[in-house]
Amino acid sequence: MSDLRIIGKPRRRVDGRAKVTGQTRFADDLFLPRMLHCRLLRSPHPHAAIRAVQTARAEAAPGVKLVLTGAHFPIAYGILPVSQDEHPLQPDKVRHVGDPVAAVIADSEEQAAAALALIDVDYEPLTTISSPEEALAIDTPRIHDYAQCGNQHKRVALAFGDVDAALQDAAHVFEDVFFFQGNTHLPIEQHAALAAVDENGKLVLWSATQTPHYVHRAAARALDMPAHEIRVIACPNGGGFGGKTDPFNHEIVVAKAALLLGRPVKICLNREEVFYCHRGRHPVLMRFRTGVDADGYIVGMDLETLLDGGAYGSYGVASTFYTGALQTVTYDIPRYRFRGCRTFTNKPACGPKRGHGTPQPRFGQEVQLDKIAQALGKDPADLRLQQIVKAESLTANFLTIGTIGLRQCIEKVVAGSGWRERYGKLPEGRGLGLACSSYLTGAGLPIYWNKMPHSGVQLRLDRLGAVTAFCGATEVGQGSDDVLAACVAEVLGIAPADIHLVTGATDITPVDLGSYSSRVTLMMGNAAIEAAERARELLAKAVAAKLEIPATRISFADRRVFDVEDPESGVDFAEACVLAEVAFGTLGTVGSYTPPRSPARFKGGGVGPSPTYSYTAAVVEVEVDPETGWITVPKVWIGHDVGRALNPTLVRGQVEGSVYMGLGEALMEEQRFRRLPEKLSSAAVHKQPSMLEYKSPTTLEMPDVVTYLVEDPDPRGPFGAKEAGQGPLLPIMPAVANAVFDAVGVRIDETPITPEKIVAALAAKHKGEAPRVGPARFPEIDWPEPVNVAPPWEGGDGKEVPR
Amino acid sequence: MMRVPSFAYHAPRSLDEAAQLLREHGPAARVIAGGTDLVPNMKRRQQTPAVLISLRRVDELRRVERDADGTLSIGAGLTLTRVAALAELAAGQRALMLAASKVATPHIRNVGTLGGNLCLDTRCNYYNQNHEWRQAIGFCMKAPRGEAVEKVAEPSPVCWVATSSPRCWAVSSSDCAPALLALGAEVTLASADSKRRIPLAELYADDGMAYLTKRRDEIVAAIHLPPYPAGQRSTYHKVRRRGAFDFPVLGVGASLTLDDAGRVVKAALALGAVASRPLRVDTSELVGHELDDARIEAFARAAARPAKPLDNTDFHMSWRKKMCQITIATALRELGA
Ligand SMILES: Cc1cc2nc3c(=O)[nH]c(=O)nc-3n(C[C@H](O)[C@H](O)[C@H](O)COP(=O)(O)OP(=O)(O)OC[C@H]3O[C@@H](n4cnc5c(N)ncnc54)[C@H](O)[C@@H]3O)c2cc1C
Ligand code: SF4
Repeated sequence: MSDLRIIGKPRRRVDGRAKVTGQTRFADDLFLPRMLHCRLLRSPHPHAAIRAVQTARAEAAPGVKLVLTGAHFPIAYGILPVSQDEHPLQPDKVRHVGDPVAAVIADSEEQAAAALALIDVDYEPLTTISSPEEALAIDTPRIHDYAQCGNQHKRVALAFGDVDAALQDAAHVFEDVFFFQGNTHLPIEQHAALAAVDENGKLVLWSATQTPHYVHRAAARALDMPAHEIRVIACPNGGGFGGKTDPFNHEIVVAKAALLLGRPVKICLNREEVFYCHRGRHPVLMRFRTGVDADGYIVGMDLETLLDGGAYGSYGVASTFYTGALQTVTYDIPRYRFRGCRTFTNKPACGPKRGHGTPQPRFGQEVQLDKIAQALGKDPADLRLQQIVKAESLTANFLTIGTIGLRQCIEKVVAGSGWRERYGKLPEGRGLGLACSSYLTGAGLPIYWNKMPHSGVQLRLDRLGAVTAFCGATEVGQGSDDVLAACVAEVLGIAPADIHLVTGATDITPVDLGSYSSRVTLMMGNAAIEAAERARELLAKAVAAKLEIPATRISFADRRVFDVEDPESGVDFAEACVLAEVAFGTLGTVGSYTPPRSPARFKGGGVGPSPTYSYTAAVVEVEVDPETGWITVPKVWIGHDVGRALNPTLVRGQVEGSVYMGLGEALMEEQRFRRLPEKLSSAAVHKQPSMLEYKSPTTLEMPDVVTYLVEDPDPRGPFGAKEAGQGPLLPIMPAVANAVFDAVGVRIDETPITPEKIVAALAAKHKGEAPRVGPARFPEIDWPEPVNVAPPWEGGDGKEVPR
Repeated sequence: MMRVPSFAYHAPRSLDEAAQLLREHGPAARVIAGGTDLVPNMKRRQQTPAVLISLRRVDELRRVERDADGTLSIGAGLTLTRVAALAELAAGQRALMLAASKVATPHIRNVGTLGGNLCLDTRCNYYNQNHEWRQAIGFCMKAPRGEAVEKVAEPSPVCWVATSSPRCWAVSSSDCAPALLALGAEVTLASADSKRRIPLAELYADDGMAYLTKRRDEIVAAIHLPPYPAGQRSTYHKVRRRGAFDFPVLGVGASLTLDDAGRVVKAALALGAVASRPLRVDTSELVGHELDDARIEAFARAAARPAKPLDNTDFHMSWRKKMCQITIATALRELGA
């Protein structure tokens, strides 16, 4: 591995030039001859039955070619097989303000928008359920009849060992309630889609999607068409962050319209509509009860979470499991119980946002550890260092840990920030906070049950020496195209820029499940290496025959294929391709990747397993004005265990971008709703669906970031690589909270951490009350009996133990 | 994408011509300067003028002149970027440079004008939303339904900020207005048949809907800054969530002149974003006294009292109220130092 030529070297990404010169064509940049435009009529009601929809006036309006309603779409779809609860246009019921009811397709966007006003919808308003607490209290009306109970979409309970006994025997038990506010992805590019029927009668759908394969499946289902008559092409995304991983109603609507009209139909959502697509971070209320021994070693943890799911299932069942899946992956937790409940509410659906379901409990866990350290008089860094999980081990919930560089991450940020000298010793108003985290490198299971590979790569080598790599993976800005090119180039000894890339097109590229769950680098990377090694073998054989040496002596570098023992003797890469084509016929190879089978065999064990986990530690410095509560973050130190940085420039970009997004979640971002006085109105509207008023940091708020890349290659990853796209976000929010405590001695047990909350906590402190702002209690939930699994060290085999 | 409704467009080359056109087209017409406030409002259907009269080509609105008595006159059409860099202001009238430099973003300041900033529509979280959103709440008094601002209003629905209130509490959010009030500015209003000059304070009314007192056919032509005592210093402080983009949730414009003994000779202070108009603060308590901490604190406490932040901007209203007192004191400390 030491003689890697491309991997590990900082490089300009292959698509960088096109992006900065404006050449990249996003979905909204596409124009086709005779293209029509679509706009959606959205519900002004948070919850209402649809009695009738009259479209005649709109159909007669100038420029209008077609008006669609729920009646055109009898078949429901959804990302998870267990929640097929969405319709492209709502047939009988709307579930949040912004839920689409009808669509107008017209010559111009203006005409389509004008005609929307001519559609008459007769609504019968229903009781609005605007919070999880209301969802627990109100069983009827039900937002979805398929919910597990009333308006509780899903309740899950898992127990690994006797947690009650562990807490009983613990030297100390810490009980804390935290709230993590919902927030949204805020990609700069709004969702857009264009559909057309091609010259052979096939439907083509271009879309700003992270998951073309899942859109393909959903479209085939919702349009009731054979999948082979549909081509889905993912355009490069102008940011996704999880917000473009569901199949969306607007995609299916334009597809249907194109089929009916035989003309291309495009839609580009406006910013407000992007807020209605949402699928962002679930607001989560959580209670942690953690038992520790006298030295601060965790002996047991009992976690309950309550999720505000919004109006649809989306990835919500997975999100619910994720709020309890990864607690055990960072520190040794010998016994663990998790119970989670997702509720339906009349708001845009929540789903996966960077970190999917895990940043919320990570916030609670890391803030609680800070409290434990403080109570026991321990340094928060030492408390963590003493109980890091072991490499190559199994956790209580049967997750397989690979390599783990968390110790080095902590040591780096502790040294860099001057933690030992400065933590707890800075003047009033200044503070340091530390937190750690871990994250999946790709979900071990696909969204729909199957045993096929999760990623496939196909290579084509031609007689002129050109290499084309095909893969269903989607470039969402994270650099997946660059990873694909780098892996193939490294193996074949050519340059990344030499390779043609064809990605994210379901008709020509092998399936890759999509750009979510930090899976692409590891899964596509391994598939790419396999395909490239197979090609390399063919080339090596052909060149070896010509040089009359054994193929094992053949090496590939600098666009040459040569004898390692006599480097002057060899051929250039194109010549090698010719030799191989003569010997073997047309050159093409494939590679694929299937994650290892997880030892977790219990129901609910499908969420959490991953080929390996990334680790991160961060120290955040804050300055807090005790009078105004104003918080500034001058500097962040972050260490990320990425296994191996395939292209350090990209990894740093992901880490710094995560810090940026994390600070937004920590300090200001809120997906909040306004409920007007109920006696006057039933309105429940998004409070600030605009880029101006949904506050997210600007470059001016971005602090100095010192990034340490810790590389402990994991053999499961391509060249040892683990993920970098999501994990580094997680420690930022708790580190900010912990730093605020170090600065002014108050606990803000909820996000965002705002000046108002700090002022309130300081006021409480001065009055001698608890210096804290945060949720007071966790509601009573009628939990089911947990699925009981014995941890590995109690003889467990990963299967449920019947009671 | 949200699209603007269609409109007729005129680009006169003189102020007279602009004023004539404005009169001719009556209530259907509006002037447009940089358009950074008007165009978003048109997209959201809060204002749907059928005729736009652009001030872009009216050169006389971009003049900067020093009158015989030392008054500095600034054309209303000057962009905020230029105002922020006006060397003439650097000595005693820096407050205006600071205020202009803190508006929105560099891109917006490159097109947004000083006149447009003074006439900026009042703002409210229930109002600065698109038409569909406002439909979902049943609209509100300031814009009862689409296009109603330009037409005769229907029976008004409520004000969601204060549901039993007979008036609209939308917030005056101009950064330059409080700075200019602290500098004693006047404005010239020009119409087809007249020109008048009034104190800037008189341009504003405490009403979120009818927030300007000028007639519909009057154009703000110039802003006049009177001569000031030697040694005057001025400043502008802005409170907002982020260092760019955001409208003020509080603006404090202040000017101060001290004598050699450190006693206040002259002081003026105005608050932005705490009412439907920029609020002038009575500073007579300061005159003749030294600015010690106790006096500053007492003054700031009293000065913040009339500020009435309501729940229609960013941040909690109680925190914004608290920030009034703190920021007034900070501004005075800066000027007194
Ligand atoms: C994202 C964003 C952030 C912003 N942030 C701020 C901020 O922080 N602080 C702030 O103060 N403003 C802010 N603004 C508002 C606006 O950009 C500025 O107030 C700007 O100065 C308006 O000037 P304009 O020339 O663009 O006005 P226009 O949009 O052209 O006009 C505004 C109004 O004034 C009228 N008008 C314009 N000129 C005249 C005139 N000479 N006589 C009579 N009437 C006239 C117009 O008819 C219209 O009603 C922001 C805007 C945006 C979009
Ligand atoms: S203050 Fe009241 S009337 Fe005025 S815009 Fe806001 S909600 Fe409407």
